[in-house]
Amino acid sequence: MKLLRELGIITISVSLGLGVGAIITAATGHSVPAVFRELVLGAFSDIFRFANTLMRATPVLFTSLSFLIAFRAGLFNIGAEGQLLMGGFFAAWAGFAFSLPPVIHVVVCLLFGAAVGGLWGFIPGWLRAYRGANEFVTTMMLSYVALYLTRWFVSPGGPFHGGRMAARTVRIDATAELPRMITGTQLSWGIVVGFVVVLVVWYFLFRTPRGYEMRAVGLRATAAEYGGVNIARTQVLALAIAGVLAGLGGASETLGNHRAFVEGFSPGYGWDGIAGGLIARAHPIGAIFAALLMGALRAGGAGVDRAGVAPRDLVEVLQGLVILFVVAPELIRYLSRLWNRRRAHGRAQP
Amino acid sequence: MPKEAVRMEGITKRFPGVTANEGIDLSLYYGEVHGLLGENGAGKTVLMSVLYGLLRPTEGQFYLNDQPVSIDNPAVAIRAGIGMVHQHFMLVPQLTVAENMVVGWETSKGPLLDRRHINRRIRELSEKYGLEVEPNAIVEGLSVGEQQRVEILKALYRGAEVLILDEPTATLPQQEVDALFDTIRALRDEGKAVVFITHKLREALTICDRITVLRKGKKEGTVPAGEATETQLAEMMVGREVVFEVQRDRVASERRPLLQVERLSADDDRGVSAVREVDLTVHDHEILGVAGVQGNGQSELVEAICGLRRVRGGRVVVDGEVVTKATPREVARVGLVHIPEDRQRRGLVLNFSVAENAILGRQYEAPFAVRRVGQSKAAIASYARQLVERFSVVVPGVHTPVRALSGGNQQRVILARELDRQPKVIVAAQPTRGLDVGGIEFVWEQLLAMRREGVGILLVSMDLDELMTLADRLMVMYQGEIVGERKPRETDKQEIGLMMLGGAGETS
Repeated sequence: MKLLRELGIITISVSLGLGVGAIITAATGHSVPAVFRELVLGAFSDIFRFANTLMRATPVLFTSLSFLIAFRAGLFNIGAEGQLLMGGFFAAWAGFAFSLPPVIHVVVCLLFGAAVGGLWGFIPGWLRAYRGANEFVTTMMLSYVALYLTRWFVSPGGPFHGGRMAARTVRIDATAELPRMITGTQLSWGIVVGFVVVLVVWYFLFRTPRGYEMRAVGLRATAAEYGGVNIARTQVLALAIAGVLAGLGGASETLGNHRAFVEGFSPGYGWDGIAGGLIARAHPIGAIFAALLMGALRAGGAGVDRAGVAPRDLVEVLQGLVILFVVAPELIRYLSRLWNRRRAHGRAQP
Repeated sequence: MPKEAVRMEGITKRFPGVTANEGIDLSLYYGEVHGLLGENGAGKTVLMSVLYGLLRPTEGQFYLNDQPVSIDNPAVAIRAGIGMVHQHFMLVPQLTVAENMVVGWETSKGPLLDRRHINRRIRELSEKYGLEVEPNAIVEGLSVGEQQRVEILKALYRGAEVLILDEPTATLPQQEVDALFDTIRALRDEGKAVVFITHKLREALTICDRITVLRKGKKEGTVPAGEATETQLAEMMVGREVVFEVQRDRVASERRPLLQVERLSADDDRGVSAVREVDLTVHDHEILGVAGVQGNGQSELVEAICGLRRVRGGRVVVDGEVVTKATPREVARVGLVHIPEDRQRRGLVLNFSVAENAILGRQYEAPFAVRRVGQSKAAIASYARQLVERFSVVVPGVHTPVRALSGGNQQRVILARELDRQPKVIVAAQPTRGLDVGGIEFVWEQLLAMRREGVGILLVSMDLDELMTLADRLMVMYQGEIVGERKPRETDKQEIGLMMLGGAGETS
């Protein structure tokens, strides 16, 4: 019932976003029916395009989970982009630096991606819990560190440069590849890993004492403390897990999609995860729908661009509007809660 | 015969699914303090909000000075001479007292405020009614009592002849209650009609001329205060007989110390010393009461004992085990449970269900946790169901969020959870604050039952009546120190009240 209501709200929000998008499309002199036709066709018209949608949804699924698990603990992980890049790079590194038997090699690469992504979440988590540094700022800043660090790694002259002119590593070993699910597409088994992770995150949050504690900290830290929860440790754990999840997303991209670490492979999957996590109403199952929506918008947008009915910029405006309309109600609710709490707090001071 | 100020005829207010007021007739007279008594949720505040124009009545008619009126919003009410002081103050914290008088009520002709005139008027009013307050003080820096005075002044400044006070004593310390009562009497003597909303019987009997009791949205009756008794009013409120004289049977203590606090010191959140070398001992079969004006270190003392606040010096020993530096979980493990004063911020996670709250603090214990990594929803739900039944929590189901429960039922959830842990020591901080008669009765019974079983109880309360009723010994805390100890039977409220203000502070 609740799920149906949420889906209803999201459908209305998407429609509103597309409606405003349609007005802008018409106002800028483009054909509304043509743009929308291509948007839908680009995302769903055949198995290859749908695979493309799923392919683009995969990393957003991971980063949405990353955002929402931190959110459940009352923290803002704005740095999934950096965690994704670090995880992606070190998964790829393990893919060409080691020689291992087939299945084991993939698992090791995934673990490397998860571990380094996790480290990229652990650092701001530790700084927040024990030094009081705002994780909003630290996670975002560490994203830039990751962006430029990995760029330098793979650029010509960098230590892991493996292309000719392109900024990328060498190709990973075949044993480290996440195989394609549908031949002729870029969709890999990474999405299945994603679905498994969804279930794991769901189980963790709702069926383990640690997940229970994490939710308690996010909802009311003072009560959690009273209930014997170690708040600092829980915060570190939450951001570390967030990093692991985003890192796995990066690993799935480099192992399954590009088969190397290619500089700039992420068009902002980490940032999409913020919207994704909010669209999902911070629920792991919701993240599947959120990621699909984001994937479809990206794939459909590419279709519009290819068909030449509107410039790429307009498509991005459309995407932005849809995300805005879907996220806004949740964000507004959240901000007003925060505002009320602050105000109530200010008043409580005698 | 005094002149009638307000008459209500057949006031009914329905919300979707609930009838908050049903067919209420009520007359308020000038020169009268009219008590509006009822349990939480009886419809007292709703009725007055309708009169004040915050809510529109579904049916019914108001008469003001015998003229039919329709009060559409508070501005109309204020112009008609009706003022209301809410439980939660409606002041702008960043402005001065004088500025708060005139926000939204500017009377000066020009663009500037005539501060001299405003201040003069405030001084006149404060003098007349004993509402001491500095016109140029910033509201933020005022105490709760002072802010309340500002609210009353604001209503008077705006010409209120009918003044509604919604649970005005709920947040006040005893001494300020006395001052408030003096003000209310002065208002009555000046011919104002005062409505005093409360659920405290004793206060209603002390200050009111007539008392109207509401129960479940309906008027139970209006009685002259002079002819009413506590028992009679309580029965009208609850709808059944209420036992007030709690059964405090004599139990023999073995004088075995269960909680020993030795020279305990701790700071408040700002790092200022709040608890100073406090010594106290709670024995088996004993309730030790701690009295004091709010903010004299009681909250910090409780938190320091329960592992929620860093201890700067001294020791805490529970049944022989030192737990000075222990975490809340370790403290609980040696047998000390804590009923926190702020049930909504400490005691419960409001967005968690009843079931989830039922295991807060026990999340790693079997059968709720399965080998520490899994959680058994079934075990948690069935445990919660059992608690709900045993402690008569009124709740649609154990998966209902605790947020949806009434304050009394929220407190029952906490009590159920903590008392079921078979504690040796209970630290109860303001366990009946904000509860109605039925809720208070329940908490008292539970605490006394635990005492009978041999549990040692440290009871911190702002409510002197509660302490006098329950405690075997009574300590008074003032500015972080214990300034004296008395036996409730050998003292009275006046003496304790004086000690709470730092007077007569010799230890006997």
